[in-house]
Amino acid sequence: MGRVGIVGIGQTQFRSKREDVNSVELVNEAVRAALADAQLTIKDIDAIIIGNMEHFESINYSEMWTIDGSGGYMKPVMKITTGGTTGSTIACAGFYQVSSGMFDRVLVIGWEHLSESDTTGAIASCSDPIWERSVMAGAVGPLAIVASEYMRIHGTTEEDAARVAVQAHKNALNNPYAHLHLDITVDDVLNSAMLSYPMKLLDMCPTSDGACAMVFAEDKSAREITDNVAWVKSVATRHDTAFFGDGGLKHGDKLRSLYLATEEAYTRAGIKNPFKELDVIEMYEPSSWSALTWVDSLHICEPGEAPKLFEEGVLSMKGELPLNPSGGVISTNPIGATGAVRVAEAALQIRGMADRRQVPDVELAMATGFGGSGWSDVMILER
Amino acid sequence: MSDEYVTLSTKLAMPYRYVAGVIGSKFFTELRDNKKILARRCPECKRVIMPPREYCPKCFSVKTDEWVELSGEGSIESFTIIRYTEPKIQPVEPPYAVGVIKLDGTDGGLTHIIGDVDLDKIEVGMRVKAVFSDERRGNILDIGYFKPI
Repeated sequence: MGRVGIVGIGQTQFRSKREDVNSVELVNEAVRAALADAQLTIKDIDAIIIGNMEHFESINYSEMWTIDGSGGYMKPVMKITTGGTTGSTIACAGFYQVSSGMFDRVLVIGWEHLSESDTTGAIASCSDPIWERSVMAGAVGPLAIVASEYMRIHGTTEEDAARVAVQAHKNALNNPYAHLHLDITVDDVLNSAMLSYPMKLLDMCPTSDGACAMVFAEDKSAREITDNVAWVKSVATRHDTAFFGDGGLKHGDKLRSLYLATEEAYTRAGIKNPFKELDVIEMYEPSSWSALTWVDSLHICEPGEAPKLFEEGVLSMKGELPLNPSGGVISTNPIGATGAVRVAEAALQIRGMADRRQVPDVELAMATGFGGSGWSDVMILER
Repeated sequence: MSDEYVTLSTKLAMPYRYVAGVIGSKFFTELRDNKKILARRCPECKRVIMPPREYCPKCFSVKTDEWVELSGEGSIESFTIIRYTEPKIQPVEPPYAVGVIKLDGTDGGLTHIIGDVDLDKIEVGMRVKAVFSDERRGNILDIGYFKPI
């Protein structure tokens, strides 16, 4: 199997409401940007993978609705819907399709026009209707349980989590695409509304509108397109069980699927010491508290050490291993695009195209996706 | 060019009728008619699965073959207190507690409401028991909540 690389990246502006464009135009904004970046036209694209959580807009057949925006007319199009991981799964699928040898250049698109419908209602419809929907529906409650578990096991404080949110929002100030540009302090987070103990409003991610597209190309084709390719080094995915009650998500000590997926991705990439070898991580953290548990799952510290890494600035822009220079999911969350943004931002870091949020000399970058009942995607990119 | 962005506000009212399945139907009729809480044993790994299922999610080989009647008592494994309000999806008015209840004799947790309790006094490991609803309709809220023993 030859190498596969990312040669084009396009993101839209992410906002709480993109009423200036409909969904087709929103998708097209990212597609045009990705094609322009790769200096390709739609004629150069062999296949298209499009992903969103279509019930979040209360529509169906979104791959058909958006075809005038995606450029999929008379091309092979595949739609992917895997919850929060949708955006990272389309990246994995782009890699799989090009790796198969079937297509040379595949355009992947993740998008969400969340403001068009009721996100909490839509997320509630993701829970098993018979067993869990009536008592455990929504995103905040389950994530708050993970948070309180982490707190109980490690003695973590609300300040520890607040620091994570402050770092994310501070990084987002450097990202012109980010939805929230908040210059906030630890006290602001601590004083924000309590949603579900210990999760407060500023600990949680927002809901955003926006899209992200990327062009994956096979080795020769990629080198013809550009000499600045973000090469895929490895991918891995793990799914946990369906019910919150016996899933890995309820355990605050680690996210089981992420722990196992990163382990496999490192092994495939020949990475022995991820903390030393990785230069930057774009991690899907739906809340500040989740970031603590998820960081503990990346094999870069001992269990319970994540708060210390944040407090000592190890994961800050100037630290040894910067986490989410983009501002992460805490600043921007267009659900079907969110995981794709992690991969796109990691690729921008590899290609030295991240402007004010660029980490110097990135050779190896990791992106992760999270969704549903503790699903995890991992993609490692190299220069 | 107009600088006004036109939007259309609309609503889809979609009724649903979800099927509980062979295992779920037995569970919910026993719960409704006899206030019994049943779990299912995996013949391979011997885990007692809650919620009960036809196949063990880990072994995924042979069908579960044995009903196990539970006492309805258990321990709080983890919990949170819901303060935000979303009337469309919330079973009771906030603030209220939800958590994972590890029922005695099972290997999985059941997510449910923790009620009849001082919200500031809930702890992990606290012993609780099921309180059944007076009017039972054959769904998971036939257990009204779990209360401390």
